[in-house]
Amino acid sequence: MTVQDTAPDIGDSHPTVDPSAVRQGGRSWWQRALDSDIFYSYRRSPITIIASIVTLAFFVGAVFAPWIAPYDPFNPASLNLMDGLVPPMSESMFTGNYFFLGTDQQGRDIFSAILFGSRISLLVAFSAVLLSMVLGVTLGLVAGYVGGWVDSLIMRIADIQLSFPGILVALLIFGVARAVLPRDMQDDMAIYVLILAIGLSFWVQYARTVRGSTMVEKSKEYVQAARLIGLPTWVIMFRHVLPNVMGPVLVIATISLALAIISEATLSFLGVGVPPTQPSLGTLIRIGNDFLFSGEWWMTLFPGIALVMLALSVNLLGDWLRDALNPKLR
Amino acid sequence: MAAFIVRRLVQSIIVMLAVAFVSFSLFTYVGDPINNMVGQETTMEQREELRERLGLNDPFPVQFARFIGNAIQGEFGISYRMARPVEQIIAERLPATLELAFVSAVFALVVGIGLGIYTALGRESVAGRLVLSAAFVATAALFSWIGAAIVAAVMLAVTFLYRGKWVGSTIMSLSLIGVSLPTFLIGILLIYVFAVELGWLPSFGRGEVVSIGGWTTGFLTPSGLQALILPGITLGLFQLTLIMRLVRSEMLEVLRTDYIKFARARGLTNRAINFGHALKNTLVPVITITGLQLGSIIAFAIITETVFQWPGVGLLFIIAVQFVDIPVMSAYLMMIAFVFVVINLVVDLLYYAVDPRLRVERAGGGGH
Repeated sequence: MTVQDTAPDIGDSHPTVDPSAVRQGGRSWWQRALDSDIFYSYRRSPITIIASIVTLAFFVGAVFAPWIAPYDPFNPASLNLMDGLVPPMSESMFTGNYFFLGTDQQGRDIFSAILFGSRISLLVAFSAVLLSMVLGVTLGLVAGYVGGWVDSLIMRIADIQLSFPGILVALLIFGVARAVLPRDMQDDMAIYVLILAIGLSFWVQYARTVRGSTMVEKSKEYVQAARLIGLPTWVIMFRHVLPNVMGPVLVIATISLALAIISEATLSFLGVGVPPTQPSLGTLIRIGNDFLFSGEWWMTLFPGIALVMLALSVNLLGDWLRDALNPKLR
Repeated sequence: MAAFIVRRLVQSIIVMLAVAFVSFSLFTYVGDPINNMVGQETTMEQREELRERLGLNDPFPVQFARFIGNAIQGEFGISYRMARPVEQIIAERLPATLELAFVSAVFALVVGIGLGIYTALGRESVAGRLVLSAAFVATAALFSWIGAAIVAAVMLAVTFLYRGKWVGSTIMSLSLIGVSLPTFLIGILLIYVFAVELGWLPSFGRGEVVSIGGWTTGFLTPSGLQALILPGITLGLFQLTLIMRLVRSEMLEVLRTDYIKFARARGLTNRAINFGHALKNTLVPVITITGLQLGSIIAFAIITETVFQWPGVGLLFIIAVQFVDIPVMSAYLMMIAFVFVVINLVVDLLYYAVDPRLRVERAGGGGH
């Protein structure tokens, strides 16, 4: 493999790697990972390092929220109305409890609520991305490999869906689910409906990308060889073609994770997302918005900052990944 | 040409039929329309009679054909929640949304093209850095607020740490922040600063409106104009970053071409080259993208209208989703689909008319 450096700012300092040395066994996987191009470009980009630290912090905070959070915001027994509407960095006048980011009208600690909120936000966003990825990759693979009328049907549907903004499609799916589900199940099912709505509105990008690369892979020799030895079509598609078309899918997945986080927040803000008993970041902003006019800005602002920081760092990671995996930019 | 137009028309009609099918299925299979119309004391016979009279027992194709026939005449049934014809409700609320979309599109175009040209021409200049830094600091100072200071700090950090050239990285960071900052949050920030803290602008509604032959307009009263500012900016900001990036990259591309070099060699002034030659050739794709974005503006108005309680069709749709008002939902869906299809069609045809290369290729490909 000959790598030609076209970018002048990288050219001089790029370590010369002997291709044969890379292929040698005997070195542990993390040594090879440290020497890889991807890690090199990661190390050279301070903003990506910061973004990954922030993202990691959010993940740790979300996963370990019950242990990290100073208060339990969703246990009515531990809430005290006397703690209500305490400004940030101050103690409650009545109980003397200290609140780093203030409290809401029911005396919930905003910092703890943000930790639990990012838990819901990340859960919904992750599941939605996974759903749209599985759906989009499968449809794209089938469309690209099988071709014919299946291909044109899938791609026409994709075209039609692509001409509408994702948020509109998600809203529509949400509306239908609301009409179909019985009223008493709506709050319990809200998270699943939300995942479904966001997942179904973002599959098109995966399908288009995977279809394109599948059509390229299809004509390669290894596929012909696999056909020749009589492997069934689905084995060729999922065992042999799929691993070769997954590169761009990872990039799309990272970028659409940020998009899914924002979509979830937007839907929750519009009042069609998760119920207030299990607030996500968007729901917290929605609740806080009602208190903006009376001067309790911290209820909106801190969840808002958390949301932007999370989305921004995931976006930066996706951006970096796209550049790092794109051979044209090397 | 004729063949191309016919093909595009047929495609558009198929898309409209597909959307009509979805809305019709919503209408028919989601919930029972009869249940939504009658009270509890209606007997089974009366229900059955109503069902027969409304034609709900007819076979599917007949009902679908009737639905399309009604839709073409602009009839979408009666809203479950407001008990009035849907088309009336939409007609009342459409001017609010269209005026908002118009204002934000103009805002995005004017500011977006201006900033795009500025950043394309003023590469790496000290003045450019100063202006941008001043803008960051001013934002932070104006907001006079921890949160905004943090946002500004993040912007500055991204700008400085991002690899590549200065203005380019500023654009990168701005656009990244643009995609990471949800529309509703921008709206809330603007409301907090300009309505709550400063008290300069109204935070909700359209202000006073004047009705001219059924079209209510906020353009003619001072309070109506004031009410348009914040929602207009909120809705236009995303499109603005899009247009700015587009103008910048197109402009940089055009400035590299031979005819610009030739114009310089002829000794034309910078102003004549930049605006007379370069900008003109930049605008075709910009107009196309803006046209295509017009549909998104109307759809994204849902969010802005919710934040600002703007009495338009977007807010109507959100309320319809919350109350499962199926006729309003399906009418809104059809309307948005129609807007999208028409815009796509017009843009395609305009492109065909404007860009002769496209015509040659199509003729070459289709001739055999």
